[in-house]
Amino acid sequence: MCPDPMPFPTTPEAMTTTPSLHQDQPPLSWTRYFGFSTDAKVIGIQYIVLAFFFFLIGGFLAMIIRGELITPPADLVDRTVYNGLYTMHGTIMLFLFIFPVLNGLNNLLIPTMIGAPDMAFPRLNTAAFWLVPVFGLLLIASFFVPGGPAYSGWWSYPPVSIQNPLGNLISGQSLWLLAVALSGVSSIMGAINFVTTILRMRAPGMTLFRMPVFCWTALAAQSLQLIGLPALTGGAVMLLFDLTVGTSFYRPEGGGDPVLYQHFFWFYSHPAVYVIILPVFGVFSELFPVYSRKPLFGYVYVCLASFIIVGLGLIVWVHHMFPSGVTMWMRNLFMFTTMLIAVPTGVKVFAWLGTIWRGKLQLTTPMLFCLGGLINFVFSGITGIMLATVPIDIHVSNTYFVVGHFHYVIYGAAVMGIFAAIYHWFPKFTGRMPYEGLGKLHFVLTFIGANLNFLPMHPLGLMGMPRRVSSYDPEFAFWNVLASLGAFLLGVSIIPFLLNMISSWARGPKATHNPWNAIGLEWLLPSPPPVENFEEHVPTVISRPYGYGTGLPLVEHQAEIERQLTLQEASA
Amino acid sequence: MTTTTPQPLAEHGEAHGGHNMTGFIIFLCSESVIFLAFFSGYALLKLSALNWLPAGVEGLEWRTPLLNTVVLVSSSGTIVLAEHFKAKDKLWLFRGFWLLTMAMGSYFLYGQAVEWGGLQFGFTSGTFGGTFYLLTGFHGLHVATGILLMGLMLVKSFLPGNYVGGEQGVQATSLFWHFVDVIWIVLFLLIYVWQG
Repeated sequence: MCPDPMPFPTTPEAMTTTPSLHQDQPPLSWTRYFGFSTDAKVIGIQYIVLAFFFFLIGGFLAMIIRGELITPPADLVDRTVYNGLYTMHGTIMLFLFIFPVLNGLNNLLIPTMIGAPDMAFPRLNTAAFWLVPVFGLLLIASFFVPGGPAYSGWWSYPPVSIQNPLGNLISGQSLWLLAVALSGVSSIMGAINFVTTILRMRAPGMTLFRMPVFCWTALAAQSLQLIGLPALTGGAVMLLFDLTVGTSFYRPEGGGDPVLYQHFFWFYSHPAVYVIILPVFGVFSELFPVYSRKPLFGYVYVCLASFIIVGLGLIVWVHHMFPSGVTMWMRNLFMFTTMLIAVPTGVKVFAWLGTIWRGKLQLTTPMLFCLGGLINFVFSGITGIMLATVPIDIHVSNTYFVVGHFHYVIYGAAVMGIFAAIYHWFPKFTGRMPYEGLGKLHFVLTFIGANLNFLPMHPLGLMGMPRRVSSYDPEFAFWNVLASLGAFLLGVSIIPFLLNMISSWARGPKATHNPWNAIGLEWLLPSPPPVENFEEHVPTVISRPYGYGTGLPLVEHQAEIERQLTLQEASA
Repeated sequence: MTTTTPQPLAEHGEAHGGHNMTGFIIFLCSESVIFLAFFSGYALLKLSALNWLPAGVEGLEWRTPLLNTVVLVSSSGTIVLAEHFKAKDKLWLFRGFWLLTMAMGSYFLYGQAVEWGGLQFGFTSGTFGGTFYLLTGFHGLHVATGILLMGLMLVKSFLPGNYVGGEQGVQATSLFWHFVDVIWIVLFLLIYVWQG
């Protein structure tokens, strides 16, 4: 129990005054989404909308890539253009789609879930968000500089990335490095904010082991950002100096070591995968109990497993470098640590299965996305263990097997989880219900599209098709045609989603404060919540989250709070 | 555990301060990883080098840098004294020691500039030159930032009602200065002492 430092007016009489307070405020204009707002709920939606703008650009690049690969010869785009296309596809999807969209969810969910009025540092939050369009523009601008965008893959390994054939200071590669550095600054600013908010601004009574799992996973993921990102920044600064002023950190001819860059890069970029997947584990842990009507199985173990993943995630990076000439003892050590990660991850999968086991499953759109995401995640976990094994990794390294594996993680599990989160919390933050029919259509297209797109990449990789090529042997054609058809289906799948989001936000049915019958502080707020959330009337948390089917209240005076919200909705 | 003091809407951006020190400590922990990356890169490049020193370079002279080190490390003491006097509300003594700390930091930067001016190698002289200028330069940037922050705090001390809200600025600057000093000690050991 944590001591309550301030008297909170949570008596029924005090609660009756809250709704009238909100009604005094003038209605908020939609134009606030286009300006420098410091409100976490506005910034959250700004992040998500901007991220989906870049998602469309990154997805368009993927369509061109799959269009090129539907036939064996390089007949659609020039080979050098193709190199730029896959480099920018990866970079945009990671730095401009998935990180911003997750930061959007963090902004919406962390303050409302812990009962804080806003983030700890609202102006830092604004600055962190507005860096995203800045580096996004920089990255897009690199398409128009002489020599085109960066073409060395999203890893930017030297020696390819330190070639500067045109000799210009402003090249696609230097703009890429600048954009990634700015993205790092923005992410660090965000991480400081999220960690401070979670550690210092929780509602009275909300001890760490009464905190929703999404906040646990956000805390874990943002800690990884704080530890890992500076290492990448350090490595990228050295790469920038090699590229622009001619130092030789990574140039063998000057005594440098190109493998050193790989260490810096993967020390961050492997944990970055956990930065992406951990909040999605959080989403699964939030949603399975709601739509199974059962408490989360093994809550404490799910919380702790997040931090075991953080610890182990920091000591596995060399598994990306098995073919880079690392010594045998390092290969064995990192094979072992990588396989160990399956244990805490398995704990979580087991907990989710335990949660849905014999539950009253409600197959709503968010639940379908969660189940689909879980299936894809288990599959990618199995190929992950295969890849951790040194002999298999050496065999399939740099083939489509690896591409298939990480697209299953990123699209199959993470993006599906993000869609689940958007459908689940959409009513809370817009005040409107999304349409179920369009949502289910979106799910079916996404699930079939993702599997049709990424499953054929596994046999292709085992057959030996290398990644990052625009032409290939005709023996690979069959699986490539299937993958391309899947990709085009995925392209189509975004249409019902966008339609749903725009039309339901504009004129969908009004949402009540708790349309899914969920338990959590955010569901004790009106939909959409007022600017300062609970203001001074933060409820005192008296039990663990996910008390589904137990009948136990989450907070003091829960019945009164809910009655007030219902009355308020009835009078509106 | 929570700060939910009622604030008018207009001050929304200012309303939820009070966590600055937590945020700043988290930032310093994160910042230390950049140095850790540079240090480990330096050690790896040095250990694997065939010819570490560029042709014509004998090694680094360590006597002047040692004097610099002593000045910088003792400035961690003077800043503690300054904080001590501020806590006792002896503002002029605080300002005196604060200024002394700034002077010692500036002397360190001056000494480093003089050292750089007399060196036989440049940034592009192999990995030795590259890592030397990268490490000392990046650290020097932090020293300069520290002096700048101290200047700001000094100006703030003359504002009426000083440090009613600016308390944490002084604490944070002081913490940053200790951080810069500790980093320098590691750097000095790595670059000047470990020359074998």
